[in-house]
Amino acid sequence: MFKKDIGLLILILVVGTVVAVINPLFLSAINLGNTANLVGLFGIFAIGQAFVIITGGIELSVGSIIALLGVLFVDLIVGHEMAWPLALLLMLGLGVVIGLVHGLLITRMHMQPFIVTLCGLLIYRGAARFYTQDGTAGFGFGVSLPQLEWLTTGRTFGVPHSFMALIVIACLMWVVLHRSVFGRYLYAVGKNEEAARYSGIRTTRVIIAAYVISAILTAISAIFFAMYTRSISPSSHGNFYELYAIAAAVLGGCSLRGGEGSIVGVVLGTILLQVLQNLVNLLGIPSSLNFAVMGSVILIGVLADQQFAEYRKRKSEAAGKTIVA
Amino acid sequence: MFLKMADPFFQLTDIAKAYAGVQAVQGVNFTVSPGEVIGLVGENGAGKSTLMNIIGGVIEPSSGTIKIDGVQRQSLTVRESMGAGIAFVHQELNLFENLDAASNVFIGREPLHGGPFRLVDRKKLKADVQPLLDRLGVDFKPETMVSDMSIAQRQLLEIAKALSLNSRLVIMDEPTSSLTLVETDRLLKVVAGLKASGVSVIFISHRLNELTQCADRVVVLRDGRVVGELEKIEINHGAMIRLMIGRDLKALYVPPAAKPGEAMLKIVDVRTATYPERAVSLSVRQGEILGLAGLVGAGRTELARAIFGIDKLLGGSVALNGESIHIDGPRQAISHGIFLVPEDRKRCGLLLDVSIAENIALPNMQACASTGLVKDSIVAANAERQKERLHIRAPSVTHEGGSLSGGNQQKVVLAKWLAMNPRVLICDEPTRGVDVGAKSELYEMLRGLADAGVAILMISSDMEEVIGVSDRIAVMHEGVISGFLERAEFSEHNVLQLAVGGSIH
Repeated sequence: MFKKDIGLLILILVVGTVVAVINPLFLSAINLGNTANLVGLFGIFAIGQAFVIITGGIELSVGSIIALLGVLFVDLIVGHEMAWPLALLLMLGLGVVIGLVHGLLITRMHMQPFIVTLCGLLIYRGAARFYTQDGTAGFGFGVSLPQLEWLTTGRTFGVPHSFMALIVIACLMWVVLHRSVFGRYLYAVGKNEEAARYSGIRTTRVIIAAYVISAILTAISAIFFAMYTRSISPSSHGNFYELYAIAAAVLGGCSLRGGEGSIVGVVLGTILLQVLQNLVNLLGIPSSLNFAVMGSVILIGVLADQQFAEYRKRKSEAAGKTIVA
Repeated sequence: MFLKMADPFFQLTDIAKAYAGVQAVQGVNFTVSPGEVIGLVGENGAGKSTLMNIIGGVIEPSSGTIKIDGVQRQSLTVRESMGAGIAFVHQELNLFENLDAASNVFIGREPLHGGPFRLVDRKKLKADVQPLLDRLGVDFKPETMVSDMSIAQRQLLEIAKALSLNSRLVIMDEPTSSLTLVETDRLLKVVAGLKASGVSVIFISHRLNELTQCADRVVVLRDGRVVGELEKIEINHGAMIRLMIGRDLKALYVPPAAKPGEAMLKIVDVRTATYPERAVSLSVRQGEILGLAGLVGAGRTELARAIFGIDKLLGGSVALNGESIHIDGPRQAISHGIFLVPEDRKRCGLLLDVSIAENIALPNMQACASTGLVKDSIVAANAERQKERLHIRAPSVTHEGGSLSGGNQQKVVLAKWLAMNPRVLICDEPTRGVDVGAKSELYEMLRGLADAGVAILMISSDMEEVIGVSDRIAVMHEGVISGFLERAEFSEHNVLQLAVGGSIH
């Protein structure tokens, strides 16, 4: 674990302790279960976002993808009576296509990631609303999909399956990012794309792969969200989720300049964001202040982290000088 | 039959500047009279830039005095230099591409409307700029965007900017290096025009022909000293070259252990984007160090980038060990054992804030992994081995690449490739920014590699290096090979002649 991650963990524990002291309900099984469920739902696509941010890019269309794939998934099962495993595979396939398109536009057409994915945000949202004619897509009372429901919204020993899914995905992605050759390439491209190219790394492929991974993970969470809410109104479903993802990644140590970040950090970042939401509810803070609290904590957190990093750098430089001399 | 120059208004006396014990310039006396065009020549590293930066107030001299209009001082600030009427037209032009010509000339000094908002008076701005442009006889308007201008037009715009500051002395650093012949002619006319209106010009150029045309006096620098001054009638090609050279550079040379073998890398009629209509052919033999000399901008780096697959080859063929190969990107080049140590170490060679070990492993990560997972122990062990072999001076291989000195950084870049059995190694300015000690270590390594059968193509602008290290030299001039030299023909004179487009016979 990096030093950054430990700092974040301490912050979570401090905030958690304060909330628990003021309102003991925080530690109740129901509350912890619900929070864990939300951490699972948001954490999966936040990890995807981290991959993109490590290459120095950004993915703004996360929320719209969740809405579009959500309504398509529901409609395929309810409207077209498709078997759910097939619908699920289709959605993952669609995720791959979206990621490929984003990656190709950015690498081959030399477009800026911000612009490509901002257009994605607008296009997918519009497509979702058009598809349902702005109506709500949902599983009526009659629809029952016991296996899928157990998989996505069920619990084992009180632990929500969405959270378990996050843990499994996080472990997998931890290996990919921190242990695989591809992971090393990803960091190298984010640190210095030119030097990576001069070392024989096919930088365009690495970048495209990052966007595909992000879109697949987003597709997975789109299905979890669809099953969690059971009804999707395409104009508001998933709104601002890309910002949650970016916030979690940045809190977790990712630099928007690229080349930095860790899986553990992103998961901890997601946990902190959900604990903060929970704090607003439990402490009786007006829910209208929700975003303001989140924004303030991120601002202070990143500021403190930078100051601390500079302090460490100065200290190590001072130490380095004495070694040379 | 020429007029006696007026008394100098600018005078450097016994100027010296040392960097960390190395004398960049010493004992320099230099004067500028009104309306005088002074040519300044010398090889790369002769001290031209240092001297000009002292005049421009960018660098403070270690000793000596500067006298302007009779006022004596120890050093200048940039502001004082500008205030004294000295303007710099840099090789890399400092213009805002997103603004038009007029805005660039008066950047930071825009005429303003009155009133509470203090908006820019566009009308007056254009009216003020027009006469300056007329004076230079340019073919663009005040409202032409800089992004739409050619390099030559941008240069004239820089000169217009200098004139707007009422400059008395304009320093031009290799102004013609990227101009066509017609553009060069026009620039020389502008220089003559400046002279006629009493403005002095210091004209730094590698193109000696231009100096014979425009200079009243040529000052020659070598190893940080003024080694000669030529008056108007004495200025000619031969005289300048004679002054620029004059050291025995062959002493450095270590001959190869065995006679070089067959051609390892052979390129035929290769063309690159910089000079699309000019073709280059050369071959590097196994066990040989081929020096590739030439002036900055001759197209050497572009050739290296094309062979390594960074840029597209526009035509021609590349053969390795007699077999024709197709290179589509760095990955292919690397798979054939063709490696590049790039010119810009910090941007292309290294990941500065990544560990030495990780840097060394980067092109060869697959070999440090089993079933796709990187084994950090292998990464570290490889790095340790290379650190040992190349004498990389670092506390440990976990240190960041950027924390090392230039020479040790370059060793790390070399280490990346040595771990992978090179067949052809292209080194682009391998010792730029490297201290003397590390330099000779790097030369030893290159010779060792050549003796182990590697074909080495060494691009270098350092005369000492080209003559002292190469087994054979190819010289490039404006996109073509202007000649090959065997060891018996090695001399600064011959290399310089070929580099400026002349012939040696």
